[in-house]
Formats: sequence, structure tokens, C-alpha cells
Amino acid sequence: MAEAAHDSHHPHAGGPSHAKVLLREPLVLNNRSYSWVTDRICGIVENPQPKGWWFIIVPCVALVAVMAFCFTYLVSTGVGVWGPNHPVAWGWDITNFVFWIGIGHAGTLISAILYLTRQKWRTAVNRAAEAMTIFAVMCAGLFPALHVGRVWMAWFLAPIPNSNAIWQNFKSPLLWDVFAVSTYFSVSVVFWFLGLVPDLATLRDRCKPGIRKIAYGLFALGWRGGNRQWRHYEIAYGLLAALSTPLVLSVHTVVSFDFATSVVPGWHTTIFPPYFVAGAIFGGFAMVLTLMIPVRKIYGLQDLFTMKHIDNMAKIILLTGTIVGYAYLMELFIAWYSGSLYEFDAFKWRILFGPYTLYYYAMFFCNVIAPQVFWWKKMRENLLVVMIVCMFVNAGMWYERFVIICTTLARDALPGAWDMYHPSWVEIWTFIGTFGFFMMLFLLFLRFLPVIAIAEIKGVLPEADPHYDPSKTKGDNIVPAPVYEGDRHETPAPASAPLPSGAAPA
Amino acid sequence: MSTPLKRVHGYLAEFSSTKDVYHAAEQVRAAGYSSWDVHSPFPVHGMDEAMGLPRSILPRFVLIGGIIGITTAFLLEFLTQVVIYPTVVQAKPANIYTIAAFFPVMFELTILFSAFTALFTCLIMMKLPRLHHPLFNSQNFGKFSDDKFFLCIEARDPKFSPEKTKAFLAGLGGANIELVEDEL
Repeated sequence: MAEAAHDSHHPHAGGPSHAKVLLREPLVLNNRSYSWVTDRICGIVENPQPKGWWFIIVPCVALVAVMAFCFTYLVSTGVGVWGPNHPVAWGWDITNFVFWIGIGHAGTLISAILYLTRQKWRTAVNRAAEAMTIFAVMCAGLFPALHVGRVWMAWFLAPIPNSNAIWQNFKSPLLWDVFAVSTYFSVSVVFWFLGLVPDLATLRDRCKPGIRKIAYGLFALGWRGGNRQWRHYEIAYGLLAALSTPLVLSVHTVVSFDFATSVVPGWHTTIFPPYFVAGAIFGGFAMVLTLMIPVRKIYGLQDLFTMKHIDNMAKIILLTGTIVGYAYLMELFIAWYSGSLYEFDAFKWRILFGPYTLYYYAMFFCNVIAPQVFWWKKMRENLLVVMIVCMFVNAGMWYERFVIICTTLARDALPGAWDMYHPSWVEIWTFIGTFGFFMMLFLLFLRFLPVIAIAEIKGVLPEADPHYDPSKTKGDNIVPAPVYEGDRHETPAPASAPLPSGAAPA
Repeated sequence: MSTPLKRVHGYLAEFSSTKDVYHAAEQVRAAGYSSWDVHSPFPVHGMDEAMGLPRSILPRFVLIGGIIGITTAFLLEFLTQVVIYPTVVQAKPANIYTIAAFFPVMFELTILFSAFTALFTCLIMMKLPRLHHPLFNSQNFGKFSDDKFFLCIEARDPKFSPEKTKAFLAGLGGANIELVEDEL
């Protein structure tokens, strides 16, 4: 852009055929200054939370108590309090595990893959999305840990010498999963923390002396923003992004191996790894938008998290949703084309005559049909439509996992062994409880940590570039970027504005 | 009775734009100073070149971390599955040809070890964490994490001079030039 603008000053470059320069949409609207960014984001942490925050967190804590009760009941009584039977040995527990771990993937995609591909718009979303990743993986981890039955034996998963002298079976995808998920969690936390250090220093420097200053100061590690620190920091951040990129693709690939390496018809397919990864990103982006659209409105972040962001993320949802739709159709095609009777039957039960066909059509509608409205720009700009589609996707991705796991197991290769599966109340309340746990953690994150990466967002302001020349963005041949309809009308509310009761980031 | 002893840390000058601090850094480098740093709320693009700093050698350590990770995973799997306790599961052999089934864990531990190496090596290279630094005695310095840019020339620099360095920083356009001291 800068070069094109320069060419325009060339004496012979004029004339009717002269090319115009179209500016990109600014990443931060309304020419906000560095200190405005600091004040607005730190204000969320420093000011009292809106009433809606309390209205949401109290029920969330109650749900966490319900979840804890369900777990206690499960552990003290036995896995029989859950619904799984033979042949449906995996029910809601593994459905929920795959659902939650999939949600995490969007966070890592935003923080790592979009960083490597220089998608600068990610800076407004990556902090919240990474937090969401960590909380979702925490929810996910609860299910496999508890479905082993005897939780006090869960340490058998770790390769440590024991008196039985038996080692884990490293050829098992279930053990790969243990390594993949724990690595994913650890690396996500490291990446998130490293990104937080400069922003914790900002909070520290704004605090009055006291416990808060000590706490933020300890976690900021004595950060001074020296360029002799930044130069290592930036390399470390880039390396972590480069490491997380294959990691995030591997995690859901390994999760899909849990199914794909088995011999169960309906699971034993090579399409599973890419199909699972696309689905995970799809569901994760929907969850990011579900959380961030209310957050940007309630905390007045419209200038930082702009309509452009929502537009981009809606496009990713459309793309990945369509990939998922392709995978659904390809599964059906291969079921017929492979000539395998068992495979064909599995899908016949899944979509035509089986007990759970309704789930299949709900899944297909939510994941494939609903996102197609995002082909229209008007729909991507309508926040109500975006929220509704995201809700469909959130539900649809849960249905997808249920369809894959339960419909397949309920109608496996041996008709004499067929049985139905229904979740017990313990499973249902455990799942609802994890939503409370997830939301509670996210609300505490909003309360105590900067929801947008302050240092990074300052770095993408135009004046952050030492060679920035404002004159190059004005001129006869320079066309400003088109403004989104939503950006034109919304006037950001002050961060501390009182909120109507019930309004909350949920 | 003794008066508290103080040690001079250096001169701190404040700038209000990346452009100013970038050009100031170029001149400090040209003047031959060696113990100095630019403090900014975000990494300033091109500042490494302006300060004459080489590229960080962090990636080499991360490579070593990754190699340790992949070796650890391979040994863990090979020794336990093939050497110590060979188990035939689902008719899969317990020998070196089982290595294909070892790849996922080898991959994960490579990433895990590399990531932790990146974090801890980066902290060591940044000389962090530390609980105190003389710069935190400055009243102005807290704005480094908001919207100001600081250039600090330390007293341990051989070219440091109480008068000349101060005048030099003022000549570069630095505001609020301050002598930062630390109690011994």
C-alpha cells in the first residue's frame, strides 16, 4: 500500500486510467490512542463488575456445586449411576469430552495459526480465545478422568514405574490421547501466560500499592518492556505459535484415532482426522463468538473487537461448516462405495431406521444448513443472526459427537448385542455443571485479567510503526475502507456504564 | 547515624512516539554506548536493527529441547514396550518395527519439551523473574506499560558521564530526564 501511494506522486502516473488505492479496514476504529486502549481494557478489571456479571456467576457457582455432587455420587457409588451399558460403553461422558476439547481448538487456531499467517486482526480476540481453550480443556479432562471408574487408579495412565511392573500400552490410541491432551493443556497455558506477562505489568503499574499490586507484580515477573527483553520475547512467542500449530492439529487427530483405529463400522474411516479437526475449529469459533459478542457490547469494546472481526470469524465458520458437511456426505458415499456391508448398515441405522436418526438430522441442520446464511454479508453483519447461528453450531457439534459415538455403538456388528442408551440424571447434570464451571472460569478471567492483549493491540495501531506517515493515508487517489454498517451506528459505552440487570456476557 | 547509600543506575529519558524513540536509539547506538535499553509498551518494529542487536539465539535451545523430548519419548516407549516388558496386544509385535505406533507420543513430547524450553530459556535470557529493579524507583517509569517510551543509559556504561550523557539525551529530544538511583 505504501509503495502504491508513493507511485501516485510520480509525475507520469496520473491520468484517467490511474489506479486507486483502497485502504484496508483499520484494526482499531476511531483513531484510538495507546492510553485509551490501556484505560478501556484495564478498566474492565479495575472497575466494579456490572450487575449482570453477578447475576451470571452466582448460578454458575451453584452449577459447579451440582457438578461436584454428581462426581462425588459417581465416585462413591460406581459408574453404574451413569447410563452406559453394553454395547454403548461410551455415552455422554466421551461425547462431552470430545465436545469440550473441540471447543478449545479455535483458541489455539486464533493464537497460533493466525499469528503465523500474519492475520493481525487476531490480536483483539486471541487472549479471550486462549482463555476459552484452557477452560474448555479443563472441562474436557474431567470426563475421561472420571469415566475410568476407579478414579483413585487414574495414575495408571502415567508412565511411572509401579510395583506391578506393568507399563502402559504405548500402541493404544487412548494413551496417545493422554499425552496429546496433557501436552495441549500445558502448552496452551505456557503460551497464554507468556502473552499475559506484558499486560500483567500494565495492570501492576496502574495499581495502588497493596495486595493487588503484589499479586500482579509477582505474575508480571518484573517485566520492564526493555527491547533487550522484547527481542527474546518475540522469538519465544513466535516459536510457541509454531509449536502450537501442529499441536492443535494433532490433538483432535489423536482424539479421532480413538475411533478411527478401532474396527467398529462407522468409526473405522480415514476421513476422521481432518473431519474432526475442521469440526473442532468450527465449533470453537462459534463458542468464541458466543462469548465475545456479548462481552464487546457489555464492556464497550466495539472499537477493538470490530464488525470486521465478526465478519472474518463468520466466514471461517462458513468454511469449516462446509468442510464438515462435505465430510458427512463423503462418509455416506464411502459407506455405499466401499461395498462393506457393515459400513453400509451402520449408516443405514444412523440416518434412516435407527433409534437416534433425529439426532442425525438435528446435527445436519445445525452444522451444515444453518451456517450457509453466512454467504450473505447482511447476515454476517446482523449480530442477532450471528448469535443464533452460533448457538445452532454449539448444539450441532454436540449432536455430531453423540451421533458418532452412541448411534454407532447402539447398532454394532452383532444384532444380538444391540441395546439402547439413555443418559441418567447424573450424566445430564454433570454436563450442565461443566457449563457452569466453564462460565465461572470465564467470568473470573474477565474480572481479573485483561480480556484483550493490550500490548499486542497497541502494536497494530498505525502509529506503532516508527515509519508511519499519516500523509500517505490521505489523497485524491486513496479510497478509505468501506465501513461496516454495525460500526457506523454503534457508539461505545463507557466501560463503567451501569447495565440493565440480567445483561451478562453469556 | 549514617545516610543511606545510593547507587546511580543511569539516566532515563521519556519519549512520546515510536518515531522519536526509534531515531534516538539510532543515535545512542552511533554514539557508542553499550549498556542501554529502550523500554516500550509493545515491541517496536525494527528496534533491534536501530539498537544494533543481533537475532536472539533462543531457537537453538528450543531445538535442543525438542531433540531431548523426542529422545525421551522414544526411549520411554522402546524400553518399556520392547525391552523391559514386551507385551503383544492385538497381535501387534513388540519390536522396533512397532515404531509407527510410537510416533504420536514422540511428537507430543517433542512439542512439550520444546515449549517448556522456549518459556524457561526465554525467561533466563530476559533475566526474569526478578522482584526488584532500580528502574521501578522512578516515578515516571510506570508509564512504559501505558503510552510512553523510555530510553535508559546505565551508569556502568564506560561512556557514561553525569553531565554529557544528560545533555546528550536532552539533545535527542528526551523529556523528563531523570537520574535513577537505587538504595544499596
